[in-house]
Amino acid sequence: MTNNEATNNAGAVDALTTASPVQKPDARPLRRIRVPEKLRNLELFLLLFACVINGAAVVMVQLGAQGLVDFGQVALLGVGLAVLVIGMHVALRFVAPNADPFILPIATLLNGIGIAEIYRIDIEQGATGWDSTSERQVVWSAVAIIIALLVIVFLRNHRVLQRYTYVFMVISGVLLLLPILPGIGKEVYGARVWIGIGPFSFQPGEIAKIALAIFFAGYLVSRRDSLSMVGRKFLGMRFPRARDLGPILVIWAASMAVIIFQHDLGTALLYFGLFVVMLYVATARLSWVIIGIGLFLAGALVASQVLVYVNDRFANWLNPFDPVNYDAQGGSYQLVQGLFGLANGGLIGTGLGQGSPSITPLAQSDYIIASLGEELGMAGLFVILCLYLLFIARGLRISFAGTDDFGRLLGVGLTFVVALQCFIVIGGVTRVIPLTGLTTPFLAAGGSSLVANWIIVALLLRLSDTVRSQPRLVV
Amino acid sequence: MNRELKRVTIVILAMFAALFLSVTTIQFFSADALANDSRNARTIYASYSKQRGPILVAGQPIAQSVPSDDQYKYQRTYPNGPLYSSVTGYYTLDQGSTGIEAALNDELAGTSGSQFLSQLNSIVTGQNPQGASVELTIDPKIQQAAYDALGDQQGAVIAVEPKTGRILAMVSKPDYDPNTLAVHDTDEVIKTYNALNTDPAEPLINRTLDGNLDPPGSTFKIVTSSAALQNARLPGDTQLPNLSGYQLPGSDHVVSNAGGGTCGPGDTVSIETAFVLSCNIPMAELGVMMGQKNLTDMANAYGYNSSFDSPIPVEASQFPPLKDDPAQLALSSFGQANVRSSPMQIVEQSMAVANGGVIMQPNLVDTISAPDLTVLQQFQAKTLSTPITSITASTLSSWMVEAVNSGAATNARIDGVSVAGKTGTAENGTGDPYTLWFTGFAPADNPQVAVAVVVQNGGKLGQSGSGNTVAAPIAKKVLEAVLNK
Repeated sequence: MTNNEATNNAGAVDALTTASPVQKPDARPLRRIRVPEKLRNLELFLLLFACVINGAAVVMVQLGAQGLVDFGQVALLGVGLAVLVIGMHVALRFVAPNADPFILPIATLLNGIGIAEIYRIDIEQGATGWDSTSERQVVWSAVAIIIALLVIVFLRNHRVLQRYTYVFMVISGVLLLLPILPGIGKEVYGARVWIGIGPFSFQPGEIAKIALAIFFAGYLVSRRDSLSMVGRKFLGMRFPRARDLGPILVIWAASMAVIIFQHDLGTALLYFGLFVVMLYVATARLSWVIIGIGLFLAGALVASQVLVYVNDRFANWLNPFDPVNYDAQGGSYQLVQGLFGLANGGLIGTGLGQGSPSITPLAQSDYIIASLGEELGMAGLFVILCLYLLFIARGLRISFAGTDDFGRLLGVGLTFVVALQCFIVIGGVTRVIPLTGLTTPFLAAGGSSLVANWIIVALLLRLSDTVRSQPRLVV
Repeated sequence: MNRELKRVTIVILAMFAALFLSVTTIQFFSADALANDSRNARTIYASYSKQRGPILVAGQPIAQSVPSDDQYKYQRTYPNGPLYSSVTGYYTLDQGSTGIEAALNDELAGTSGSQFLSQLNSIVTGQNPQGASVELTIDPKIQQAAYDALGDQQGAVIAVEPKTGRILAMVSKPDYDPNTLAVHDTDEVIKTYNALNTDPAEPLINRTLDGNLDPPGSTFKIVTSSAALQNARLPGDTQLPNLSGYQLPGSDHVVSNAGGGTCGPGDTVSIETAFVLSCNIPMAELGVMMGQKNLTDMANAYGYNSSFDSPIPVEASQFPPLKDDPAQLALSSFGQANVRSSPMQIVEQSMAVANGGVIMQPNLVDTISAPDLTVLQQFQAKTLSTPITSITASTLSSWMVEAVNSGAATNARIDGVSVAGKTGTAENGTGDPYTLWFTGFAPADNPQVAVAVVVQNGGKLGQSGSGNTVAAPIAKKVLEAVLNK
């Protein structure tokens, strides 16, 4: 399909009216079913609402922690973000008028709440100016939103990406390998997932997940027949031929390499989970899921026996309160302190600026969700989880309603990667699964994570615009 | 593809359901258990973020929380730390607390049941929550006099109003500065605590109430005489053999009177004379004569073997069962063998004599007031026990006055005032320094104050000091401080 902007809504209504023989085309004036302005106005309203909440959160942090309002900081942290997202909104009016109106406000709200909580921890730790993570987070938000803006302006048709399927494969491979390279690779808290160039450091794995989603979508669309049609039936399921196992084995090997060389369980689980789900959606074969889960469990089991850090993670998860684990180097101290923080928050939280989140190590990044849980309570965490669910629901909607398989696969891939990342990190903090180091999308301090997630926002907006611009009613 | 997407959606919903469930479990169901974990520093921060109520003496704080600029928001300070250390106790970050700080922690922290409504109110109105203030019965002048009188001796002084049980002074030495344990640096607190705790002089013990209790020596003769007069119904002039050495029944151990010799002239001696001159032999004879039941019953009636809250918990003084051993009975009759007493127990003996036989429960707390000054709890005098009748009390009172006037307690004499008193010089073991006691009250005809003084470690005089030479002068200064008020 060619560029969709040309296809306007009147066309969609025409399609309906001509298809229904009962109605006469000229009986009464046609009612426009899709009005892009309405979508964008709804988005603007929601955006302003999100920005007001974000600004209020910064004010509440100041009142709670310092008892006074510093308007300079409110302007920097609250208004700065607002200007950027409204700029994005204006751009959408021109380049993607039919884009989903909820995605941008949800991302804005999560990003803003994250900045407020990061700022709160800066206050507790006495960090100001360029030392303060919150100001760097605002700058990174700006960078991320501008990159997202560029993506949506220059990528007018997502199917262009399909052409570069194997380019994205190479990109994701390079991004994954970068941290292992001597010289620019850096090890932080035992995980070798960073690269440093001068004063800047970056987690290329975050961007790699997008490249991987594009590569998987393009690859699976072209190879789905051979992966789904042939094979041997066993136990009521059609299992693939041995030679078709190649791709999943490659991805599995890559994930295991991440576990072994980069010491990053969470990222490995994220990539592999992403691939298995996209493979399942593309081929409709449950056997892939079973093979995938089997492979990963086998790998994780071996890793937990062979690799000390994986073994520790499992021990910490199962018995965090055991003094042996609690006092150990790399033990469950962080996990337990996070649980104490969450418990301190209780049902309604201590209030912004009134808890002690910075007792927990990495309170601004990996443990931002525990920090928010302490100050906003169970009620606040429920709202945050619901925001993620809403975001995910909008993404899945694109997949359900899309017409081209590449777009549908890409949509589900990008959405699932956000959902899985939420599950891995929040589940790790709340002891559903062993704790692994990942960032909470949009909330956590960290530039790479912000840039990656805002690119996902841009891609989902582009996909949703395409879907809605198509001559169909069911959206 | 839609069927697969639906299944993926269900998987995502299941993942989020797990997150909702885990968040609810942690923040709702196990929140209390997590808050009570000893490793949870947030619980301590929370207790410090509330302004803890002050402890007041005559309206002046002896413990108060002032704003601090660290994460704890408030710093506990003790303006007159060492002077009141045995009353306030200490309050540390995470190493526990003692004294009033511990005994009335709920009220000071504002978490007691009676403060629930006012706490709720302060949450709604957004005021800083505050604990209740505790006004004590301590009189600062008497406390200071007792503190000065005890000087650098190791021991304790307690002064109580016999008619009400209000504790006017409570001093234990060596003392410590509770400010040093209130600092917000746990490592430093632990270091200071360990230094105090391993100090052989045991400054952290409140000697008025607990710790290694001492044998009461002759101060126990109040109990023995009470048992004779009341339980055995012996008149005060009952004559006992006046010996210069008394071989314990069933033993080759010989007891002598303090200073040797007989108890005054004559072949026999009355209970009264034995009490006034504080002779051991007649008392031992008296105990054996009336039997163990009479003595044990009277000791228990005076409060031995039972404890109460002042509200700081008072350790039970010990009068162990005698098991038909006449030697033990004889020794116990003059406060040796296994009898052990706290100064609180000894002052109760004087209180019974001073107050017509009734011991009013000693109490430190006058009023507990909410931050808005409404009174949550007001001191009310209540009877602890009535070991003796008023007749027995007045007989013993006259004997104690006689002991001060012309007997074994002459160093407590105050011109123009009739003082009642009883000394004690207790042995701790062969060669060990004595424990020196004095207890009494004044004025004898209208008692304003009852006092007990203990000086441990022989008052630095080994075995050459006595209750009359060391403890009685200390008590005299405390009595004077009350009477000159």
